[in-house]
Amino acid sequence: MANTIQFKGYGRQDGRKGIRNVIVVAYLVECAHHVTRRIVNVVDDIDVQLIGFPGCYPNQYAYEMMRAVSTHPNVGGALLISLGCESMNRDKLLTEIRASGRPAELLVIQEAGGTKSTIAAGVAAIARIKAEADKAPRVPMDLSELIVGTICGGSDGTSGISANPAVGRCFDALVEANATCIFEETGELIGCETIMADRAVTPELGAEIEACVAKAENYYRIMGFGSFAPGNADGGLTTMEEKSMGAYSKSGSSPISGLIKPGDIPPSGGLYLLDVVPDGEPRFGFPNISDNAEIIELIACGSHVILFTTGRGSVVGSAISPVIKVCANPETYRRLSEDMDVNAGRILEGEATLDEVGEEILQNVIDVASGKRSVSEELGHQEFILTYKSFEPIGPSCLPVRLVE
Amino acid sequence: MTNTKKIAQAILLHPKDNILVCVAHICAGDEILIDDHVVSVQKNIEVGHKLARHALAVGDKVYRYGAPIGSMTQAAGMGEHVHMHNMQSDYIPSHTRTRQNKDRSET
Repeated sequence: MANTIQFKGYGRQDGRKGIRNVIVVAYLVECAHHVTRRIVNVVDDIDVQLIGFPGCYPNQYAYEMMRAVSTHPNVGGALLISLGCESMNRDKLLTEIRASGRPAELLVIQEAGGTKSTIAAGVAAIARIKAEADKAPRVPMDLSELIVGTICGGSDGTSGISANPAVGRCFDALVEANATCIFEETGELIGCETIMADRAVTPELGAEIEACVAKAENYYRIMGFGSFAPGNADGGLTTMEEKSMGAYSKSGSSPISGLIKPGDIPPSGGLYLLDVVPDGEPRFGFPNISDNAEIIELIACGSHVILFTTGRGSVVGSAISPVIKVCANPETYRRLSEDMDVNAGRILEGEATLDEVGEEILQNVIDVASGKRSVSEELGHQEFILTYKSFEPIGPSCLPVRLVE
Repeated sequence: MTNTKKIAQAILLHPKDNILVCVAHICAGDEILIDDHVVSVQKNIEVGHKLARHALAVGDKVYRYGAPIGSMTQAAGMGEHVHMHNMQSDYIPSHTRTRQNKDRSET
């Protein structure tokens, strides 16, 4: 299958290929947010997207995320907007983006003459960057070169019965085609650690997986709240373990090839678990304050497209990588069909099987990779959220599978 | 395409489970089939919510997908709604907008 399904991608200097050619316009502190948003509004192009980090204090994770998403294969160029006094290392970021072969420019509001001047200069810079980015070579791309991430948001009691296992079927098909699949939210896999460890390709990796779920449980206990929303309870989910079992079914049945952290790119095809819970003592509060923070981390690991399952009805998309919305609950689908790509609720009404919906999701992945806009993409959803975290690098047991150069 | 087959309003996900999951809205008074018993459900049950497959006692583990998902904090009869009012997590408390489901003795 991997040989027969092909589409056109954008070739990047590091050998990776993208399915979009986005220009990111990034504010490097909240104080630069308005100016950056105005530049994006004036340019008014679906592929010129606002991203940024609001914090003034320095943070290695935040820098790494900005670097990773600005050099993502779906990104063709970048404009950085600094106020001037914030901690984000703007010169290093600019250098690294340019070193990746992408056109990139930097404007410093305090040097450029303030709001109006920077907006005008920014709009002019985008025109130059776009002209350069449009020269990116179009290259053939197949399924095995795709990285697909998955997340659930707004889960309810149907999520684990319909949409999540259907995504699992799709993941199995993708891994079969040697694509790379990433599932995450270790704070929502509490109770699943033993069954996950059994699927790990090595016992050492299994031990790392169990340790990272124990870390998540401890972290959320200290926070005082699990990764559980009132809407989950309204929708019939009662406990963290119940939510976790449902969430877990998105991973399908492939062996787990590795455990990665935000910013790590999986070295080869297969299924990977993304550990999103910070290391060490809780320093910065809740790990992922809303769904888009996790989506950004999946994107920082190279995800080209995101499969997002929802029961209560999330409407978000994301900057940089398109989100495919799979609705678990047939009643939610009736209310929010214009925001959904796939209706997995049909499974509960006896109108489709898990396998059929799994195939429909896979077809959506191929269509979106081929250039079709997902529903949330078409609606202009380009959420981006980035907060403070702290991670230790992954140990060698976390990636037993490595590319042989 | 209209579906002429009558769909069960609540389904059993795994043979080991002691709850059923509602997949089509159940109205108070509706009769549903649970393991060859016809049971009249006492209250409205929303899609995604759970009902007891048989009588459950305080302390009983609740099974869904064949795995434990928490423990009963109050007894429940066959067909009764199972949720935050009568079960809780064995790991981390859950919460709604107006309450946090902690140790039952605190509420």
